Amino acid sequence: MRLQSAIARNRFVDSLFAILGLLAMLVGLVTLLALFLGLALDGWSRLTWRFFTSYPSRFPVEAGILSAWVGTTTVMFVTALTAVPIGVGAAVYLEEYAPKNWLTDLIEINIANLAGVPSIVYGLLALGLLVYQLHLGQSILTAGLTLALLILPIVVTSAREAIRSVPNSIREAAHALGATKWQTVKDHVLPYATGGILTGLIIALSRAIGESAPLITIGALSFIAFLPHPPWQPEFPYLSFQWLLDPFTVMPIQMFNWVSRPQEEFHTNAAAAGLALLGMTLAMNGLAIFIRARFRKQIKW
Amino acid sequence: MLPSSPQVEKARVKDLNFYYGSVHILKNISLTIGEKQVTAVIGPSGCGKTTYLRCFNRMHDLYPGNRYEGEVILHPDYVNILSPTVDPIEIRMRISMVFQKPNPFPKSIFENVAYGLRVRGWTDRAVLDEKVEQALRRAVLWEEVKDRLTHPALTLSGGQQQRLCIARALATEPEILLFDEPTSALDPTATARIEELILDLKTQVTIIIVTHNMQQAARVSDFTAFLYLGELVEFNKTDKMFTAPSNRLTEDYITGRFG
Amino acid sequence: MKPSPDGSGGCSRGAHSSRVARERAIEWALLFAALTSVAVTVGIAGVLVYESLPFFRHVSLAEFLTDPQWTPLFSEAHYGILPLVAGTLVTTAVALLMALPVGTITAIYLSECATLVVRETVKPLLELLTAVPTVVFGYFALLFVTPFLQLIWADLPGFNMLSAGLVIGVMIIPYVSSLSEDAMRAVPMDIREGSYAMGATRMQTALRVVVPSALSGIAAAYALGISRAIGETMVVAIAAGMQPTLTWNPLEPAETITAYIVQVSLGDLPHGSIGYQSIFAAGLTLLLMTLLFNVAGYLLRKGFWKAY
Repeated sequence: MRLQSAIARNRFVDSLFAILGLLAMLVGLVTLLALFLGLALDGWSRLTWRFFTSYPSRFPVEAGILSAWVGTTTVMFVTALTAVPIGVGAAVYLEEYAPKNWLTDLIEINIANLAGVPSIVYGLLALGLLVYQLHLGQSILTAGLTLALLILPIVVTSAREAIRSVPNSIREAAHALGATKWQTVKDHVLPYATGGILTGLIIALSRAIGESAPLITIGALSFIAFLPHPPWQPEFPYLSFQWLLDPFTVMPIQMFNWVSRPQEEFHTNAAAAGLALLGMTLAMNGLAIFIRARFRKQIKW
Repeated sequence: MLPSSPQVEKARVKDLNFYYGSVHILKNISLTIGEKQVTAVIGPSGCGKTTYLRCFNRMHDLYPGNRYEGEVILHPDYVNILSPTVDPIEIRMRISMVFQKPNPFPKSIFENVAYGLRVRGWTDRAVLDEKVEQALRRAVLWEEVKDRLTHPALTLSGGQQQRLCIARALATEPEILLFDEPTSALDPTATARIEELILDLKTQVTIIIVTHNMQQAARVSDFTAFLYLGELVEFNKTDKMFTAPSNRLTEDYITGRFG
Repeated sequence: MKPSPDGSGGCSRGAHSSRVARERAIEWALLFAALTSVAVTVGIAGVLVYESLPFFRHVSLAEFLTDPQWTPLFSEAHYGILPLVAGTLVTTAVALLMALPVGTITAIYLSECATLVVRETVKPLLELLTAVPTVVFGYFALLFVTPFLQLIWADLPGFNMLSAGLVIGVMIIPYVSSLSEDAMRAVPMDIREGSYAMGATRMQTALRVVVPSALSGIAAAYALGISRAIGETMVVAIAAGMQPTLTWNPLEPAETITAYIVQVSLGDLPHGSIGYQSIFAAGLTLLLMTLLFNVAGYLLRKGFWKAY
């Protein structure tokens, strides 16, 4: 008899816990929903073609995110161009070349540690080192480098995982045919790991897109009514790098600027910018998932 | 002088010892590999046969903690395969390997066979076409794949994949071909085809084959080495080894008393 | 020798040494890329210390740690970091009060009780939380959470630490739940089976057997969450206000270390001024605080205090 009441009590507590668990999961999901709905309800009306092609302005209705999304695009370009060789190179070294010694441990500890450093500290690093010591100024170049360093741990970790998923039997087959270590990496490991590396890179970039704190620190302006110089010029050599040193703004900073103003109409702009930003982020995540699925279909270990 | 050694030598193994860290895995192995003959290596699990085979193409160099002692002299130029001054890449360009589980690259059939050639610097498409066809013919795979050379290698059956790996190894015209239990992952039909292939190939290239299947060794090889716990117990002509072994241990293993 | 395009059989002395040289050069280049991580750490430490030194020559450590006022840009300047630290600690505490229970229960539920379908749907949705930019969370805190809370506390100021803290808490739920869940899934099945075989329910097994076994992993998840909350910038910059008043009441506005750095960066920052140096001193303090929890999390993850 006592046993049966104990069982019943346990069952009751069990179902109570199940309800608790459900509620806990709902906290995050409801917040997500409220967030999307809030942004949409507030900002949807402002999402017009004009919004995407206008500069910021004192008048909320006329203000737009042209300089912001162009800035985001150019900064991301520099970020990707920097993060890929360094991140993938580091991953290749750690997975294919690094011997088990103190130096390798040091590198791995550093990467793990850097993943936990607050993003604003990267801004301070860039301010002291890149802006002032190296005189790169408060520019697109500085912004791109800062974000590249910020996302480096993510790129390295996901690239390592992708490289690790290539079976060892493939490496042995390549070596047995007389390939050198680098030939094995270049002809086999990297091509087969490309899907995973690309996925990790896109996810890392989708994080970088939303970063504002480090860029505020290095001096992103939020009232930019001009675009950076174009990357071409009429005289030889036709390629211009002037744009790298131009001042800049990015989408999250524009949103921050608008949400900090007391006027409600600017909050509408902020919501619209937030929707655009979320759209970009979700699109990139979707792209990453798509790429991962495509590559998984092509190469089935 | 060992009993019934091969007539023409391709490689001579002299006091081969192998260590993994401080563990002594291969102990004082000495024998001769005959030119254009099949030498089988048999023995129970863990006796060191695969470790022994992988010494020939310096595969152990890929992993830390390994150490060779002794010599493996290659004819006709008397190069010591195990010498630290000899580049393992150069050895692997002369000695090819086929692995236990077929491991074709996730590329096309053509690219699989061509890879070894590309590593050696061949780029001319006409030359590659010719050499790839030749290798696939030698591996008795050409007729089955000639119309789908650009298809992924992974669409082939297990037996075909292994013959592809053999073609890949043959494309570079090696002096010695190493087989590491090549049929243990295949069904009997595929196994029979590969054994036929080996008998065919031995007229063109020297072969060393590791197998845990004694009957296979009896079927395909000219000479057999019996390894036990890292030591060479007996090395003899195959028909002698299987009908009148000189060593009690060999006899016990062959008659199935252990292993 | 075997024929090959350059006629050397790929084995000539010349081919050999150029190949070796090329391989070595490539290895060095890759090592260089890997060493960037070490360089970044050194750079961060170096810059923070280098730029804070002049600050600490001007301000004594005692004043820095004990003065209850932080007004470096005023004519009558005070340089006590306490208000900023208090702001950081209070918002972090509020965040943890939200994230730790919710995250842990979510993790227990997903790991021990949920079906595969539920797990496969909920996990990606929670991951979505980590994809949302922090400015958006800041917007949400200021314009939705605060008005909502004002329905409960009518005199809640527009800027307060409670909204910011709650939103940060929701933000870090996925970090806490995902790592805790990994730790719990790593507990071997036979430990659970021993408990089930004695007639225990799912929840009893989860709470009395699995969680204690996974404790070091869960603690590592907590450490990561704490570090993340301490380092959060935009939510507090938008929703908690930028007044560095020393208060422990979450219903009031305050400024965190991170928000102060943003505030100063938005203004005019002449290189070498005391304002410029103060953000590096603040940043150094922030780094040391997060480092403490990062190291704790690392050690816990490496199993220094494993239960089994």
